[in-house]
Amino acid sequence: MTNYILRRMLYMIVVLFVVSGITFVLMHAVPGGPFDVEKNLPPEIQANKEKYYHLDDPLYIQFFSYLSEVTLPRITSTPPTLKTDDDYLVTLKMGDYWFKWMNFGPSYASRSRTVNDIFRDQLPVSFQLGMFALGIAMLIGFPLGILSALNHNKWPDYVSMGVAIFGVSVPTIVLGPLLVWIFGVLLQWLPPTGWGAKPPFIMGLFPSAIGWDYFKYAVLPSFVLGFGSSAVIARLTRASMLQVIREDYIRTARAKGLNERLVVMRHALRNSLIPVVTVLGPLFAALVTGTFVTELVFGIPGLGKYFVTSIGNRDYPVIMGTILLYAVFLVTSNLLVDIIYGFLDPRIRYE
Amino acid sequence: MTALSDPLTPAINSTIPREGRSLWQEAMRRLVRNRAALTGGIIIILLVLVAIFADFIAPYEYDKQSLVNANAVPVWVTKLFPSLQSYAVIGNQYPIGADSLGRDLFSRIVHGTRVSLAVAFIGPLISLIIGVIYGSISGFFGGRIDNIMMRIVDVLYAFPGLLFIILLMAFFRTTLAQPEEGTFAYYIGQLDAKFGGLLFIMIGIGLTGWETQARLTRGQVLSVREKEYIEASRALGATNVRLIFRHILPNILGPLIVLETLSIPGYIYTEAFLSFIGLGVNPPTPSWGSMISAGSRALRAYPNQAIFPAMALALTMFAFNFLGDGLRDALEPRLRGTQE
Repeated sequence: MTNYILRRMLYMIVVLFVVSGITFVLMHAVPGGPFDVEKNLPPEIQANKEKYYHLDDPLYIQFFSYLSEVTLPRITSTPPTLKTDDDYLVTLKMGDYWFKWMNFGPSYASRSRTVNDIFRDQLPVSFQLGMFALGIAMLIGFPLGILSALNHNKWPDYVSMGVAIFGVSVPTIVLGPLLVWIFGVLLQWLPPTGWGAKPPFIMGLFPSAIGWDYFKYAVLPSFVLGFGSSAVIARLTRASMLQVIREDYIRTARAKGLNERLVVMRHALRNSLIPVVTVLGPLFAALVTGTFVTELVFGIPGLGKYFVTSIGNRDYPVIMGTILLYAVFLVTSNLLVDIIYGFLDPRIRYE
Repeated sequence: MTALSDPLTPAINSTIPREGRSLWQEAMRRLVRNRAALTGGIIIILLVLVAIFADFIAPYEYDKQSLVNANAVPVWVTKLFPSLQSYAVIGNQYPIGADSLGRDLFSRIVHGTRVSLAVAFIGPLISLIIGVIYGSISGFFGGRIDNIMMRIVDVLYAFPGLLFIILLMAFFRTTLAQPEEGTFAYYIGQLDAKFGGLLFIMIGIGLTGWETQARLTRGQVLSVREKEYIEASRALGATNVRLIFRHILPNILGPLIVLETLSIPGYIYTEAFLSFIGLGVNPPTPSWGSMISAGSRALRAYPNQAIFPAMALALTMFAFNFLGDGLRDALEPRLRGTQE
């Protein structure tokens, strides 16, 4: 098991390396640079700016210096400064020396913010929203799927699958504005936009105060985001449950007189979870790293915006940072999913 | 049962004339009996007709502006949304109202059908072709080739899909926007401009959507290539290409079609999303995504501008989902779990 996890982590590092390489090549292949603005800068100033951000170096040097800034820890005697190229995610004081690790670089679009600042201020908001959405997705998805599988081809099945089809067919850009209009504008029950937590965040991710003032902002966007994903979970749960329920061991469980509740909860559900858990990995990664449309529609200061605007701005460090962040979340959650498989089905061996 | 199932009795002896049904005929029969799928299919056919005859159905040109009638609404819409009565310009000549530039919303929705349907049919085709070729090579040859090819797919999976498309779009747009006349890039750029920016969207969708298709194809090929009829054909001297195209692909087509149909709503949504954030079709080409985007900015004042295109988008996605679900039940009865 340990061996397996170590090997997978090695593989993850390779994947992350390749992802950063492809992103780097792609974003530099797109013509235009971060300082091409409408009114043309004098070429000297443009050259100076590029020199300041080391954009005049050969590309491969830029790439490897970026990688070394991100991955290699530094131990120096100089205390951290407020300069934008000296902002490390991990900064520890060890005696007379400073341990600094993970510098994702400055954001070209802003003179005073770094990619790490974006991670610190925006990621927690997206993370909270994503966790709520994932919770709602599972809370709606699992019961619907189980209900429809157990009542196959009866009315609960049709109703649940109707809801599921509704969920996949009505996208965020439709449901979001609609719910804002109904609950935010017409009824005025909930605030139409905004988010209830501000930095500083506990442990860098969680809100410092929880109450209705916090949740009232989260209700609508979490539902919109979670509902679409719940449909995917419901359909998968149903399909895999339908297969499992016909297995011999279910018949055995019933034959030995186990009540239906136990048969479903202990035997059927556990075995039918495997395909569902598989999609939860990528879903988790996609939800917690920010979802552009939901955050746009509900005016939530999350990370999603930076995924899109950074490309238009040619803000290279932000593009790299956000894509790498997503990739890290994805490969990590996929590893977790594979480990969870082992708990769900002990027959699965890790080689 | 009867003599029919006895392999030793010659078929000539059987007196019961029995009409043979191919797998596809059987699937078609099941599909037509499925009411939801049939409804979806009919809606899609209607949408295709709307797209073809958009010029005749739409009462106005989709880009004809009339600033006097900006945000005009017909009377029946003010009854639906009473708040409009106090300030809206009444314009009964527009069936469901006009947008902020005084363009007829209904005509724009009708023309927007073209964009969504083109994406729904051509995007998947590109991803299907790439995915099937990639997956069948990987599955058929196996071994090291398979390993390398699948690792590449793994890496591509680690990219956020929409981001990849946005990067590609930025790349296409800027590289091919003003190339030298006479080059290949120039003609591609011209073609794209002719389609209102749609060509790049479809290429982008095709280039990012094929990984799932490739994985499925590979898995299916792996299971089929060990079958006896493949061995028999190989013994008769069939080439690899013939084996793949003549014997393997037709036998795995069912699941591929199902996956593709079920992913169409996702492609439609991707286009709407791209247009929503302003990276999609070039204005003034109407797309439901850009209409929803523009409408949701005026949601408080003129809800009709967002709600009608939103309904069109949802209806189309409903139709494709229903058809996809029906196709899956028809082509893969096992998944439905009803064959016992």
